[in-house]
Amino acid sequence: MTEAKIRIKNLYKIFGKNPSKVLPLVKEGMSKTELLEKYNHVLGIQDVSLDIPEKQIQVVMGLSGSGKSTLIRHINRLIEPTGGEILIDGEDVLAMDEKQLRQMRRTKTAMVFQKFGLLPHRKVKENVAYGLEIQGVDEGKCAERAQHWIERVGLGGYEEHYPGQLSGGMQQRVGLARALATDPEVLLMDEAFSALDPLIRFDMQSILLELQKELNKTIVFITHDLDEALRLGDNIAILRDGAMIQQGDAQEIVLRPADSYIADFTKDINRGKVIRLRSLATPNAAFKGETLNGDTKLEDALAILAHAQDQTVGVARRDGSLAGTVNLTQAISALHS
Amino acid sequence: MELFEEFPALGRKTLSSTKKAIDETFKGFSREYGQALEDFFDPLLRFLVWFEKLLLATPWPIILVIVGALAWLGSRSWKITVGSVVAFVGIGVLGMWEDTMATLAIISVATFLCILLGIPIGIFMARSDRAQSIITPVLDVMQTIPSFVYLIPVVMLLGIGKVPGLLAVCIYAIPPIVRLTNLGIRLVDKDVLEAADAFGASPKQKLLGVQVPLALPNIFAGINQTIMMALSMVVIASMIGVKGLGVPVLRAISNQYLALGLMNGLAIVALAIIFDRVSQSYGKRLQAYRKGLGND
Repeated sequence: MTEAKIRIKNLYKIFGKNPSKVLPLVKEGMSKTELLEKYNHVLGIQDVSLDIPEKQIQVVMGLSGSGKSTLIRHINRLIEPTGGEILIDGEDVLAMDEKQLRQMRRTKTAMVFQKFGLLPHRKVKENVAYGLEIQGVDEGKCAERAQHWIERVGLGGYEEHYPGQLSGGMQQRVGLARALATDPEVLLMDEAFSALDPLIRFDMQSILLELQKELNKTIVFITHDLDEALRLGDNIAILRDGAMIQQGDAQEIVLRPADSYIADFTKDINRGKVIRLRSLATPNAAFKGETLNGDTKLEDALAILAHAQDQTVGVARRDGSLAGTVNLTQAISALHS
Repeated sequence: MELFEEFPALGRKTLSSTKKAIDETFKGFSREYGQALEDFFDPLLRFLVWFEKLLLATPWPIILVIVGALAWLGSRSWKITVGSVVAFVGIGVLGMWEDTMATLAIISVATFLCILLGIPIGIFMARSDRAQSIITPVLDVMQTIPSFVYLIPVVMLLGIGKVPGLLAVCIYAIPPIVRLTNLGIRLVDKDVLEAADAFGASPKQKLLGVQVPLALPNIFAGINQTIMMALSMVVIASMIGVKGLGVPVLRAISNQYLALGLMNGLAIVALAIIFDRVSQSYGKRLQAYRKGLGND
C-alpha cells in the first residue's frame, strides 16, 4: 500500500454555540440525539479517521445528513474541525495560517461542487482560468491552459458561452476543467455528479476514470450513490450519522458488509459486476487447469466456469502466480448471498 | 386628576433654556469651525462651479450630441436616444436651457459624490453585521427626516449657497446606493463564494472578482434611485441658493405662475425620465449573462 497522501485522524466536528465545551462529552460516548436534546449541539463528524492513499480514488459514501460533505470540507479547511488532525503530505493543515492555507488551496487542492459553483458573470474560458488567475499566472498562459482543459473535457467551441447558457452536465465539465487547470495533486469532488441525470452522470464518471488513468490524482469523491461509489472507488468509506462504519475496497463492502445498514445498501446492486474472482479464490496450490485473471468480474467468469473442466478455474494474482481456485457453485452463491 | 388631563411636560422655562443652550452651543461651534468647514468644502465648490461653467460655455449643439451619445452608450436603444435629444431640444426652445444646465451640474456632482462615498460604505456594511446594525438606522433617519430640518444646521454652518445645497441633496440621495450595495453583496450566492474560497482567493480577490461584479445589477439599481432622489431635491435645494430649475418653480409658487411652474416642473420630470431609462437599460445589459441563450 502506498503512503497516505491525506491523513484524517480522530476528526470531530460539532455545530453549535460552544462546541469545544461539549467535545469531551462526545468523546466519552454521548450520542448524537442526547447531545442535541440536552445541549442543543449538532454532532457533524464523530471520531473519523481515514488514510487516503496517493493517486487513487477514495470514495466517501453516505446518505444525506451523514456528514460526508462536512468531512470533505475539512480537508481544505473550508470548515474548521472541533477536534482531531488533518495532514496532507505530512503537513498539518490545521496549523497553517491564512496565507499558507490559501497557498495550499491555490496549488495543492482543487474542488468540484455539487451545485457547480461557477462564476455566472464569467465566460466558460474565464471560469476555467479562474484558479490560475487567482495564483497570478499571466494572461496568455492562463488562456492557453484553460483552452487545453476545455478541449480535454469536451467543451471545445463553448469557450465564449456563459455558464447560464449551458446544461447541467456541461456546467460540471466546466467545473472539472476549472479544478484540473491548476494541476492540483488532490482533487476534492463533493457530490460532483449527483445533480446530473443518470445518463450524463455515467458519461461524467467515464470522463473522470479516463482522465484519472492518465493524470493519477489523489481524488476524494463524495457520493450518496452506491453504484457510483463501486464504479469509481479504489477505496470506499461509508459514513453514517457522522461516524465511519466501514472502509475497504468494493469487494469488501459487498462481500463482507460491516452491519445490516450496509448490507441493506448493497442488497440491490448487481453483484456480478462488482465482485471479482480474486475475492473468491480458495487456496489450491495443486491446480493445473485453465486460469483467469483475478480482476475478472464474476459475470464475465460465469460462462467460462460453466464450460471449464470440473467447472473450476484457477485465479491468478496480478503478478501471474496462482492465488487459488473458484468453482461454479461458489461463484453462483456469491451472486446471491 | 390634573396629572392625567395634561401631559406632565417640563416647565416652559426649562425647555426654552435647554433649546437656547443647544442653539448657542451650535452657534458657537459654527463660529469656531464654520470657516474651516468652508475651506474644507472649497475644492468641491470649485469643482461644481467649474463644471457648471463648462456646461454653460459648451455650445448647445455639442451638448445635444453628448446627450445623444451618452444615451446611446447607456441604453443601445434608438427610442431612448432620440427621446433624450428631443426632450433637450424642447427644454431649449422653451427657454430653460441655462437652468437645466445648472441643475444637470449639481445632479451630476451630487450623484458622483454619493457613488464615491456610498459604495465603500455599502461594502463595509456588507462585511460586518455590526456596521450594518449601526448604519441602517442612520440611513433611515436620513431618508425620513424632513429635509427642512437638516437644512437649518447646514445653513448655519455653511451659509447659503451651492455647497450646503449639494450637501442637502447628498444627505437625501445617498441612502439607496448604500443600501443596495450592501444588499447586492449580501445576496451573492454562497456556493460561488465557497468556490472562490476553495481556489484560495484572498478577501480582495473575492470582493473585486466575485462580490462586486455579481452585486453590480443591484448597485446599479441603487445609482438609479440615487439620481431620482437627487432630482427630487432640486426645488428644496434652490431654497438655499442653488441655481437651476428649482428657482423658477419656487418663484411660481410664491407668485402663482401656473405655466412657469408647470414648464420647469416638467423639465425636471424629463431629466428624471432620461436618467432613469438610460441607467436602467444599462443595468439590464450588465446582467445579460443571467439570461439563457444569448446573442453570441
